[in-house]
Amino acid sequence: MYRIAAALLFCAVTQAQNVGRPATETEIKAKDLTVLPSGAGLPGGKGDAARGKTVYKEKCAVCHNDNAEGRPGQYPALAGGVGSLKSDKPLKTVGSYWPYATTLIDYVHRAMPYDNPRTLPIDDVYAVSAFLLFKSGVITETLELNEKSILQVKMPNRDGFVPDARPDVKSKP
Amino acid sequence: MCYDAFNSMKAPKQNRRRFLALGAGLAGLTACKKTVPSEIGAGVRAYGERSPLEKAARDVKESITPGTGATRTPLQDLDGIITPSSLHFERHHAGVPSIDRAKHEILLHGMVEQPMVFTMDDLRRFPSVSRIYFIECSGNGGGELAGNPQPDPQKAAGLLSCSEWTGVPLSTLLKAARLKPEAKWVVAEGADACLMARSIPMEKALDDILVAYGQNGEAIRPEQGYPVRLVVPGWEGNINVKWLHRLHVVDQPAMTRDETAHYTDLMPDGKAQMFTFVMEAKSIITRPAGGQKLAYGPGPYEVTGVAWSGKGKIQRVEVSVDNGQTWTDAELQTPVLSKAITRFRLPWQWAGKAAALQSRCTDETGYTQPTIEALNAVRGYRSTYHCNAIKTWHVKEDGSVTHV
Repeated sequence: MYRIAAALLFCAVTQAQNVGRPATETEIKAKDLTVLPSGAGLPGGKGDAARGKTVYKEKCAVCHNDNAEGRPGQYPALAGGVGSLKSDKPLKTVGSYWPYATTLIDYVHRAMPYDNPRTLPIDDVYAVSAFLLFKSGVITETLELNEKSILQVKMPNRDGFVPDARPDVKSKP
Repeated sequence: MCYDAFNSMKAPKQNRRRFLALGAGLAGLTACKKTVPSEIGAGVRAYGERSPLEKAARDVKESITPGTGATRTPLQDLDGIITPSSLHFERHHAGVPSIDRAKHEILLHGMVEQPMVFTMDDLRRFPSVSRIYFIECSGNGGGELAGNPQPDPQKAAGLLSCSEWTGVPLSTLLKAARLKPEAKWVVAEGADACLMARSIPMEKALDDILVAYGQNGEAIRPEQGYPVRLVVPGWEGNINVKWLHRLHVVDQPAMTRDETAHYTDLMPDGKAQMFTFVMEAKSIITRPAGGQKLAYGPGPYEVTGVAWSGKGKIQRVEVSVDNGQTWTDAELQTPVLSKAITRFRLPWQWAGKAAALQSRCTDETGYTQPTIEALNAVRGYRSTYHCNAIKTWHVKEDGSVTHV
């Protein structure tokens, strides 16, 4: 009797392995917005700073201000500050702080504009990203940003990050 | 009516100052003609509420950016180790989404043999576990690190809460989908408007992370991630992704905005530390503390507070009343749980003189909470994350307690 009960219990556990349903390729494609630094997941598209300037003016400036300088305490600056990280007033922007350009595509695509996310055509995502990188002097005004050229973009602070160094502080004197 | 007598006292912030206002409360009670009412009381109700006299509340600071900002847990008003769900701190990046549990799903895909979709009912079919864990925002006490000490426990350390979480181990879901050998990280994504996402190393994903649907015995509150969130024991709050709807198994971290632009620590040399996951051991005295008063004059008081460590159990809490010159071991409330809040208590005879109260904890790895000076010496003043410094409360001769 106990053996039967034990066998039934074992069945219940193995059935739990089959809980849920297989995901379809279609739904994965629809939901997968992850872009990795390797370039995996980059959506196909293209845009340059000239087009990006128009997109920025229409979709971004209302929060991030006319020249991507942000609104202090409310919406962050997106450009400028390159070389300021050692100073008393470090300005952390996309250009000065972000280590990977792929993060810009990932984030603009998934989360911007803040009040109406995931509405930008993918070409506009590339274009406005190109505009912001140009504003920080990371790329030239005429570079066409696309899923290939973005992997050649080296961010100024690419080597500015180190792994967690803790425990880095001695507790007792 | 006694309640009217209570209400008419209008003691300023009476309940937030419960520690000190008790004397006034007793005076109110003696003024009552009847302490026990003779009329029949209120009837039953479907969902309980606290006494209308109790006013402990989260500290709400509206951000001028809609949908962001934080609220802080009133640590000075709490006893024991559990934070009531209604007082659990909040930090949102695009507001609290309204999610229909019946339609919500978790997509698990990427470097797995069988990509899967789990409904909330599916999660309930897996073997469940309940565990008590703290969650602390890595920005907790950020002002302290920047040389701006905060005036009370809530403002200084209220981005900390502790709940009993119920759910399915993340490892159960990953094993159900069968990881491929190259699977090294899991990107967890929430279903808030900004699809907040964080990368988690596989070692932790297979260790103690919960895909949690329960908080303190009932469904997780909307602002805590309803209907399902990650609970990543001991790690910074932001990685405990709320409103979880996608788990993407990959071979490298995604370097999302919230693990590069934010939640990284800018050091004095201009370099920034990243993937600083673990919240190191920390403690704070919650009574007597800033904003309170030793209302009875010289005599016996209880010093109490909370300690916690992202590395495991709290082993020891010491209390100093002389600004760290001498230390006395406090009593720890048992059972002491790993990666949970630990309550400490110590009787204290206040002599009526100025005093500087501090607590300092040590966890089971032997790590001891540092001073703010030691932290600043290594990490400078420009990071607002991962501050676990000893907090000092200054008792004045008149019994008032302040942060300076």
